[in-house]
Amino acid sequence: MIFFIKRALLDIRDNRFMHLIAIITIALSVLIVSAFVLFFVNASEILNTWKQGVRVMAYLKPDVADSQVLVIKQTILGMPGVEDVVFISREEALELLKADMKRQASLFENLGENQLPDAFEIHMVASARSWGKVEILAREIESVSQIEDVEYGQKWLGRFSSIFNLFRITGFAMGALFFLAAVFIVANTIRLILYSRREEVEIMRLVGASDGFIKAPLYIEGIIQGAFGGVLGVLTLFAAYLAISANMGEGIAGTFFQLKFLSFGAWFGIIICSMFLGWLGCYLSLKQFLKA
Amino acid sequence: MTIHEKGSAPAIRMFHVHKRYGKRNALVDITLDIASQEFVFVTGPSGAGKTTLLKLLHLVEPVSEGQILIDGINLSRIPSSRIPYLRRKIGIIFQDYKLISTKNVFENVALVLEVMNVKRSQIKKKVSSVLRVVGMEDRMNSFPLSLSGGEQQRVAIARAVVGDPKIILADEPTGSLDSDSANVVMGLLKGFNERGATIVVATHDHDIIRSTGARTVNLLDGRLEEPVKAEVEA
Repeated sequence: MIFFIKRALLDIRDNRFMHLIAIITIALSVLIVSAFVLFFVNASEILNTWKQGVRVMAYLKPDVADSQVLVIKQTILGMPGVEDVVFISREEALELLKADMKRQASLFENLGENQLPDAFEIHMVASARSWGKVEILAREIESVSQIEDVEYGQKWLGRFSSIFNLFRITGFAMGALFFLAAVFIVANTIRLILYSRREEVEIMRLVGASDGFIKAPLYIEGIIQGAFGGVLGVLTLFAAYLAISANMGEGIAGTFFQLKFLSFGAWFGIIICSMFLGWLGCYLSLKQFLKA
Repeated sequence: MTIHEKGSAPAIRMFHVHKRYGKRNALVDITLDIASQEFVFVTGPSGAGKTTLLKLLHLVEPVSEGQILIDGINLSRIPSSRIPYLRRKIGIIFQDYKLISTKNVFENVALVLEVMNVKRSQIKKKVSSVLRVVGMEDRMNSFPLSLSGGEQQRVAIARAVVGDPKIILADEPTGSLDSDSANVVMGLLKGFNERGATIVVATHDHDIIRSTGARTVNLLDGRLEEPVKAEVEA
């Protein structure tokens, strides 16, 4: 094995320009795919944080008797996906509003009668915090005759969620395309190296070298290319992340969320994938070359 | 013609061998025995089939018809995955030397032993010893392109013999050399033959053949000019 590794390293040294091209190609592919991964990791984080705050507000009609409030509360609690229901009377609602709008207290002095309705604040179990389920629950609550209106603010988050999913699918497709492109380029680089050394390969065969003897160092070269490309790609992404997060920290965006980098597991996974990519490119070109 | 002049069993046996490239007959009905430790010249004009015959013996090409036995192994019955292992028993020398230009003399010769998975310390010892025999020990760090034709052929001979093959095939080994270098090369081949190797040399250099006095197999248009009756065993 050490012999093959040594031969692979010598081959890389002798064909450094071609190997450099392959490494840069892999690094660019890794950079693009992992940039997508990084975007999804952070977008998912933001979406999850926002989802935590999802609640449904159900406003009661003005003429609902106090005795019916408990019955309605139980009805809502019995609906699927509901975790907790808190009744907020119109008086409490006004107090909360006043607390929220301390600086505009003068507005409330001239308000006269409390116009706010009684309401239920409905929290859902984590598994029901998807936009489809929230909508179904809202419609079910609306069907209760004493309920006048249902609001589940942040409706736009639903749309964001859909766009996010669309991006995710696009990301997967682009990731797959970049992977294929990288495999193709690595395969061609190895093929060029093989063609430049076809006389050597022929001589090796004539002196009794098995296919395994010829292939082993080339596979190692492919894996080394993949590893270098992967590390270079991830490090470039990390440098870009440091630059972006440093700028974000000073701006408004920094107050909303903290930009995260990929976990160590993801780093490791990306580098392993790029090593596989190098191996696969090598496998494809060798299969064709040795058959010829 | 006496077939088993030196060795006991034939090293190479060819039974009614034909080789065709499309419609062209390169070799026609070749039946030939070469005894173990024998020195044989295969001669004939260009296009007679000398190189084709060596290619069949070295398993570079398959026969179209007939059978070849090397050291008792039927070449048409061995799977392709075993071909490299059989090739290691056969040393080969080419007119154009076929040395790897990016490797130095030592590395070119050592390649054969690396392929055979010989230990590094053994490789060093054996390659140095063989290079001493062919008189190239002081050039072991030189690259092929810095050597003369005669020197390159001596390196090629060292590569062919370093794995202790039972058979050495040489395709026009003196074809690109001046007469002094050619004599050195033939002297080396004779020396390895005396040490027990079976040697088959394809050449059209009659001076070399005359000086050696070894058996000659003549080919003309792919046929043996004087067919040799092989002692075919059932």
